[in-house]
Amino acid sequence: MIKHRALALLKAVSTFKGGISGAFLLLLVIGALFAPWLSPYPYDQQDLGIMNQAPSLTHLFGTDEFGRDVLSRMITGARTSLSVSVTAIGISVLLGLVLGATCGYFGGTFDRIVMTVIDLTWSFPEILIALMLVAIIGPGLEGVVIAIAIAYLAQFTRLTRTQIMSLKSETYVEATISLGAGHAHVLFSHLLPNALAPVLVAAMLATGDAIILEATLGFFGLGAQPPTPSWGAMMSSGTAQLFIAPWVILLPGLAVALTVVFLNLFGDAVIAALDVRAKFREA
Amino acid sequence: MSDLLTVNGLSRRFSDGGLFRKRKVFHAVSDVSFTLKRGQILGVVGESGCGKSTLARLVLRLINPSAGQVQFDGVDMASLSRTDMRRLRQRMQLVFQDPYSAIDPRYSIRDALLEPYRVQGVKPKSTDDTVSSLLDMVGLNGSLAASYPHQLSGGQKQRVGIARALALNPSLVVLDEPTASLDVSVQAQIVSLLERLRQELGLTYLFISHDLGLVRYFCDQILVMYLGRIVEVLPSDAAPAHPYTRALLDSTFEPDPKRRRSITRLGGEIPSGYDLPPGCAFANRCPRVTDLCRRVLPTLTTQGSGHQAACHHPLAAVPEVVEQRSVA
Repeated sequence: MIKHRALALLKAVSTFKGGISGAFLLLLVIGALFAPWLSPYPYDQQDLGIMNQAPSLTHLFGTDEFGRDVLSRMITGARTSLSVSVTAIGISVLLGLVLGATCGYFGGTFDRIVMTVIDLTWSFPEILIALMLVAIIGPGLEGVVIAIAIAYLAQFTRLTRTQIMSLKSETYVEATISLGAGHAHVLFSHLLPNALAPVLVAAMLATGDAIILEATLGFFGLGAQPPTPSWGAMMSSGTAQLFIAPWVILLPGLAVALTVVFLNLFGDAVIAALDVRAKFREA
Repeated sequence: MSDLLTVNGLSRRFSDGGLFRKRKVFHAVSDVSFTLKRGQILGVVGESGCGKSTLARLVLRLINPSAGQVQFDGVDMASLSRTDMRRLRQRMQLVFQDPYSAIDPRYSIRDALLEPYRVQGVKPKSTDDTVSSLLDMVGLNGSLAASYPHQLSGGQKQRVGIARALALNPSLVVLDEPTASLDVSVQAQIVSLLERLRQELGLTYLFISHDLGLVRYFCDQILVMYLGRIVEVLPSDAAPAHPYTRALLDSTFEPDPKRRRSITRLGGEIPSGYDLPPGCAFANRCPRVTDLCRRVLPTLTTQGSGHQAACHHPLAAVPEVVEQRSVA
């Protein structure tokens, strides 16, 4: 099974779309991981003598209103944006899998209660839920992580539940039960492995949305607190000098856009590669 | 020979509807009783929707009955705890109609064949030997172990399904239309494989099919179902007494034109399982119907040795040449 996953990933990366997007995302992750060593200046080093300077050889992406190096701040900001969105979606997927699998497999009153609550959150846009939750928890990265995780919980719970419910009526599940299998075996050896692929792909696509949501919350000043940079917070502070120093808002914006686009492309490539049958047809 | 399976007054109703709709009750299986002796093959025939598959699942307790009881080897299954029931499943297995979906697409044939042991917590001595002997037993090449279900043909998959069912050395195997979704030539192979395995392993079969010709060839005793009820129990070489069995038998295809008979076609519709008629369910399609049939439900009455029919006006037991259909 693990061999398959690795094989699928390899297959995804070997296509043009998957290769390009995979390379970009890998670069981004490396950048985020080694931010302190890769950034040319400390992200919080102010120099009021070089405020709002256009991109140049000394400051490749220019400087912001405090004379801080925009490139260094973007590299460090990638760390915030990526870790927040990946952690949040990770929590959301895990919770969604547990809730969705329980609801879909056992059904009954528990299912009805959980799904009613989930449907309620479904009727609000994610940004509203996240804003409300951050307002309750208070601004800061932990708050943003929890808010994003809960905002996307409905999606993963519903998806897992639907998958489990449709897989539950497959003949091979009945066959396993007739062999004498218990709930745990049916769930963990048949239902979840078969339900996982679409959930993982949805998670990858949602990570793109979560980066935007994190940026939005950062833009409202609810996410990372100064001087910690995040792409959203950088754009927020960049609005003031949009016409004097447009690079301060445009470059982090571009980073958000590119990351989301490449995450979507990579997700597509993985969808194509995860189809077990397609893989064998070509082999 | 002792009875392996005793079924008594088994019924299953499904209800649907609820909050806004009138609650409706569907009678899938009503008051079914029979016994199955060790080493015998009991055929269950009937049209689609007559409750054959529900009966199979009731017998294996994959669904719970609304009434009645099933005794397996003298043990009432309703009295067993969940754990004991799971353990008992080793001794009774099910082979499915659709071999295409009976194996998890993510499982290799090897994993699928080892799953019964995993589920029951039994460790085979050598996994490789177990897999190859199971494949060998159903006439498959050992090299298929590494393949995945979608790489196999329907017949091969059904053989894997049979091997999986036999992995734990069961006493009873319920075959739920094991040949229905296969080509005719493959059907014959599967039937002769089942026959060989029964002799080698001393198995008892409950063979469910809609093909009365096949059942007559393969089984010792036949149970004919119509709308959830048994309408006739007959030894496989006996002439049918129930008009429905007669009609079913007439509908089997006779390849030899000289032996083709005139067929009395059945008109009318099968009544709905939601709204069973008070009398005989077959009344509105029966050529021999009388007023009595519409009012009173006929019960099974003895027609001969090992032969019972639920009919007010059974066909006379005229001695007739029963054609032996050869399948091989």
